[in-house]
Amino acid sequence: MTLYDFLYYIILPILSISVILIAIRFLKGPSIVDRVIALDLIITTGIGLIATYSIITNQPTFLDIAMILALIAFLGTVAFSYYLEKRNK
Amino acid sequence: MTDIIIGVLASFGAIFVFLAAVGMIRMPDTYLRISVTTKAATLGIGLLLVAAAIFFGDLSITTKVLAIILFILLTAPVSAHLIGRASYFSGVKLWKNSVLDDLKGKYDKTSHKLRSEIEDPSKREPNQIEED
Repeated sequence: MTLYDFLYYIILPILSISVILIAIRFLKGPSIVDRVIALDLIITTGIGLIATYSIITNQPTFLDIAMILALIAFLGTVAFSYYLEKRNK
Repeated sequence: MTDIIIGVLASFGAIFVFLAAVGMIRMPDTYLRISVTTKAATLGIGLLLVAAAIFFGDLSITTKVLAIILFILLTAPVSAHLIGRASYFSGVKLWKNSVLDDLKGKYDKTSHKLRSEIEDPSKREPNQIEED
């Protein structure tokens, strides 16, 4: 079993199942805070997917997009929490 | 040899991300879900990115990967603190089996001020002094 097969048939399905599980919490979430956390974790898992995919396709350029996604996840969470605090005043 | 190292690192990373996802489903409380998110996902993503850095073996890519890991390690606690603070203000209840709420009665829900134990006692109301 080569590294390509291992990543393609084991690691990527595990990460995809993780995204599905978090998406269930995103749809169910009792409060809006749960949805914000689930969105944050989905984006963070997306960074892992991009890292794995860049190994599979041998394209290190994809890691730039991972950096942008990390920025967007942080800014999105900060903006959501700011908006929630202002709304509750 | 390099393939084995990359495989082991990617396996542990994927396992940690999967544990974070299971924790998101199974944890009974918003605050416990926040703790699952920050701890497990940060380590999992870090291991996956280190696997990518070892695979390419280039200085520029390694620097890029270290920048991403450092950024995630710096921002994950900050965002978790902010969202936990916002959820406490918005009145999210703790789990019924949680034993300790350190902030109970110390937050002013309208002005978002924190009252501490070592405050000036003359400003307090009398019934709060009796409780202490």
